[in-house]
Amino acid sequence: MERFDVLVIGAGHAGCEAATAAARAGARTLLVTPGRATIGVMSCNPAIGGLGKGHIVRELDALGGVMSEAADAAAIQYRLLNRRKGPAVQGPRAQADRKLYRRAMQRAIDTQPGLQVLEARVDDLVVDADGVSGVVLSDGATIGALAVVLTTGTFLGGVILIGGDVRDGGRVGEASSVNLAQRLRALGLPMARLKTGTPARLDGRTIDWTRVEWQDGDDVPSFFAASTRGAMNPQLSCGITRTNIATHDIIRENIHASAVYSGRIEGTGPRYCPSIEDKVMRFGDRDGHQVFLEPEGLDDPLIYPNGLSTSLPVDVQRAFLRTLTGLEQVEIARPGYAIEYDYIDPRALSRTLELHAIPRLFFAGQINGTTGYEEAAGQGLVAGLNAARSARDLSPAVFDRAESYIGVMIDDLVTQGVTEPYRMFTSRAEYRLHLRADNADQRLSEKAIALGLLSGHRARLFRDRAEALVKGRAQLDAARASPAQLQRAGLGVRQDGVTRSAFEWLRFPDVAWADAVSVWPELSDIAEPHAEQLHTDARYAVYLERQSGEIDAFRRDEALRLPYDLDYSAIGGLSNEMIDRLNRARPDSLGAAARVAGVTPAALTALLRHVKRAA
Amino acid sequence: MIEKKTIFSLSSGRPPAGVAVVRVSGPAAGAALLALGGRVPPPRRATLVRLRDAGTAIDDALVLWFPAPGSFTGEDVAELHVTGGPAVVAALLRALGTVEGLRPAEPGEFTRRAFDNGKLDLTEAEGLADLIDAETEAQRCQALRQASGGLRTRAESWHARLLSVLAETEAALDFSDDEEDVSTRLVEGEGPEIMALVREMEDHLGNYHFAERLRRGLTIVLLGAPNAGKSSLINALAKRDVAIVSPEAGTTRDLIEVHLDLGGVAATLVDTAGLRDAAGAVEAEGVRRARQRADESDLVVFLLGPDDREAHIPAGAIVVESKADIRHGHADTRLRVSAVTGEGLAALEALLVERADALVGAGQDALVTHARQRDALAECRDALATAFEEHDAVLRAESLRLAMRALGRLTGRVGVEDILDIVFGRFCIGK
Repeated sequence: MERFDVLVIGAGHAGCEAATAAARAGARTLLVTPGRATIGVMSCNPAIGGLGKGHIVRELDALGGVMSEAADAAAIQYRLLNRRKGPAVQGPRAQADRKLYRRAMQRAIDTQPGLQVLEARVDDLVVDADGVSGVVLSDGATIGALAVVLTTGTFLGGVILIGGDVRDGGRVGEASSVNLAQRLRALGLPMARLKTGTPARLDGRTIDWTRVEWQDGDDVPSFFAASTRGAMNPQLSCGITRTNIATHDIIRENIHASAVYSGRIEGTGPRYCPSIEDKVMRFGDRDGHQVFLEPEGLDDPLIYPNGLSTSLPVDVQRAFLRTLTGLEQVEIARPGYAIEYDYIDPRALSRTLELHAIPRLFFAGQINGTTGYEEAAGQGLVAGLNAARSARDLSPAVFDRAESYIGVMIDDLVTQGVTEPYRMFTSRAEYRLHLRADNADQRLSEKAIALGLLSGHRARLFRDRAEALVKGRAQLDAARASPAQLQRAGLGVRQDGVTRSAFEWLRFPDVAWADAVSVWPELSDIAEPHAEQLHTDARYAVYLERQSGEIDAFRRDEALRLPYDLDYSAIGGLSNEMIDRLNRARPDSLGAAARVAGVTPAALTALLRHVKRAA
Repeated sequence: MIEKKTIFSLSSGRPPAGVAVVRVSGPAAGAALLALGGRVPPPRRATLVRLRDAGTAIDDALVLWFPAPGSFTGEDVAELHVTGGPAVVAALLRALGTVEGLRPAEPGEFTRRAFDNGKLDLTEAEGLADLIDAETEAQRCQALRQASGGLRTRAESWHARLLSVLAETEAALDFSDDEEDVSTRLVEGEGPEIMALVREMEDHLGNYHFAERLRRGLTIVLLGAPNAGKSSLINALAKRDVAIVSPEAGTTRDLIEVHLDLGGVAATLVDTAGLRDAAGAVEAEGVRRARQRADESDLVVFLLGPDDREAHIPAGAIVVESKADIRHGHADTRLRVSAVTGEGLAALEALLVERADALVGAGQDALVTHARQRDALAECRDALATAFEEHDAVLRAESLRLAMRALGRLTGRVGVEDILDIVFGRFCIGK
């Protein structure tokens, strides 16, 4: 029997990131997928990044991940979202050519040393009292592995629904993993159902493009990968149209035929990505909803109508689509559908995404109750890295809320669980001013190098940038001026007589970077991207200082560990309700306990007394 | 594993008394009943049980059994009503002490356990402690309001409004760029609401010093030259049973205190060493302390003897002429009293009641009565004021989050999901 250090099941966004991370971390790794050609498929919208999500992609890049470079290789339109708001909430986003993305991802997999790919279907896990030790393929063959990462997305018990039509499937045209789903349920794992949906794909040749509005990309693109030097593809625009009263009338009349509305589905869907049925029924007072017509690729006629996810019957889909301006003659290339699938309650996982109940079995991606390519990839990297480390008997590598969105996400998942598919928002991060897309490398790359995730060319790029930032900061601290000097340079600042450094002056909204360069010409040595980040640091300095105090307090609470097998009912001063909540979440620290929904300050006091006494 | 102890103590007043109540709380409360009385009576039913210590009868007790969680502390609780004689109580406490898993309660421990078990929130626990300490009617009303959740109710309403403002701001940050529903509906509407919250919190903070005075009671210092008749006045006031709560020796020999109930407001009247110039070293120290005490007090009554010069009278003091019985002529505008005949004492009391009432002002209706509550609320108000001034949406959100945390410290806490719930309920999000 062949044996690997790490075996990854599934080659979607989580699986690709898990397999490459495990291999980079030194594990002999096998990636098992039912079809080589579907490695790196984007099953929903043809875009990467966005608010919160773009942050995760930059973090993946800082950790040596593969999503950032693949996204840049496939990008056909870049937009930095929230450009007019503060830098902390700006998120890079790109429309991606599906084919180019898949190709880039497959190249990354093929060229990763230490990683092999096997085309096969996994039917079972080999599990004994010590944990997982391999998998059984559908042909009965067994492959041994020291650690296994499960990234099966929506394929576990996946059911596709279009109107009254219900069939098994993990994606349209691809079978779901029924046997594996049954096996996981048989292992007694806490599984439940979630749902999500996708819109119809339209034939772009049947759209009247003269009647839609247009949205262009940014003139100066914000790339995902530090290694990207320029746009690699021709850049396209997206069309914009909108639904109207006629659209809504058709949907309302046929609402009983919607798979989601007819009660054929038990799972909970995401509130931030509602179907058009949901939008019409819940926000019926709006006279229309915006729809983006996103190209699926440079040489692909398919169009993704972003905002029209639906599970209505195909003829109703066609009817309502044709009420939209520009879509009067539109043909559906593939209907929209809802999909319902199994997920595991992520509270059964530790921060490394390892299952508490079965050692060395890791879970990542949509199976953990999340949605989104980026969220899946972020978990994939953490699971793959830790699978490799556990196979090699190394200590776990954990990411916390104060250092990354990836850490925020994993903490949310394992302490709160999910009630709907989980997606990232910047509002989930309490240290949002610190966790920015522009400083992901400063936050994570040092750690990535130490973990073996980042090396060679990409590590050198990081070192160079870090050095330039340190040097730039020193220059800003050394350059000093009084308010009078600034006034002579034509700047309207308050004449309080306090001489400040350039870094301190840049905190004031009235002092732009160009102003600083005019006062201190030597600052023109600082290259633009570095200047931008340093200026942001300066603007947020007061808040960042306070946050750093909060982060210290946060880390102190995180350091107060609670054992996984803690008997909450034996701790004095906990009500039955608190015992119940804590038992389900099994927080691993006092800090995590504080974030469990509904846990009262009184319960925390009791826990604190307990940890202090036990220490 | 930490074992949860069962606690017991005498919960009624000091014996001897007609009845004494001993309370037992914790997992072994039932076992204690079995050990002493041989059975556990039905829940919440007064039952007569003979209590014994190793076979020797202690007393026939009325026993009440409250199984968890339906009890004051949220734990199993037994209440033993016995004859309030010192020997009975001592025997009962001794017997309980021998039961496995029981130990005497520390001060405040029953309330503490009620709080720990979520039976009370922090402000309610503070209110309960005040209720136990309340000496006067106004204090009792104030504490009762707190104990029954007056501040919590208000804080929850602020909380809901702040949450709504924060949700609007976060929606603008997380969705406006890509979601027309958010971008077209978000007007700069949070400003007035933030300011309204600041003003309301301001009002409550403004009442804090009244409320705090009411909660701890007023301090009234009696100043005057030696032999002005201060001690006689205090004794005269002390003898009028309407005024006295409890006479009590001061901590220092030169300061004598009596507790008064001034129309519902608790006050401590402090006698001081006589004020005199050119005194010896020891006496000078007494004078210095008297002045310091007067400076720290809420009100000063300056007593003027017939032969005293009008010197050293602090601004705002009530000036009273003493020894009316040996003075000639009429007082002009001043109050004149006699400790011997009782002349003017009722008028002095009425004046003190009037001034006390002004000093606690709106304190009776105030909700913020503790420094801890004031600090959290003040931090919340300051953060809101900063948010109001801030133009950068990200930094405004940051200040609003800070305000939320400060308010959370008052009663509970807020999670991100609360904010997102509002966002998704209010806006149509999702392209």
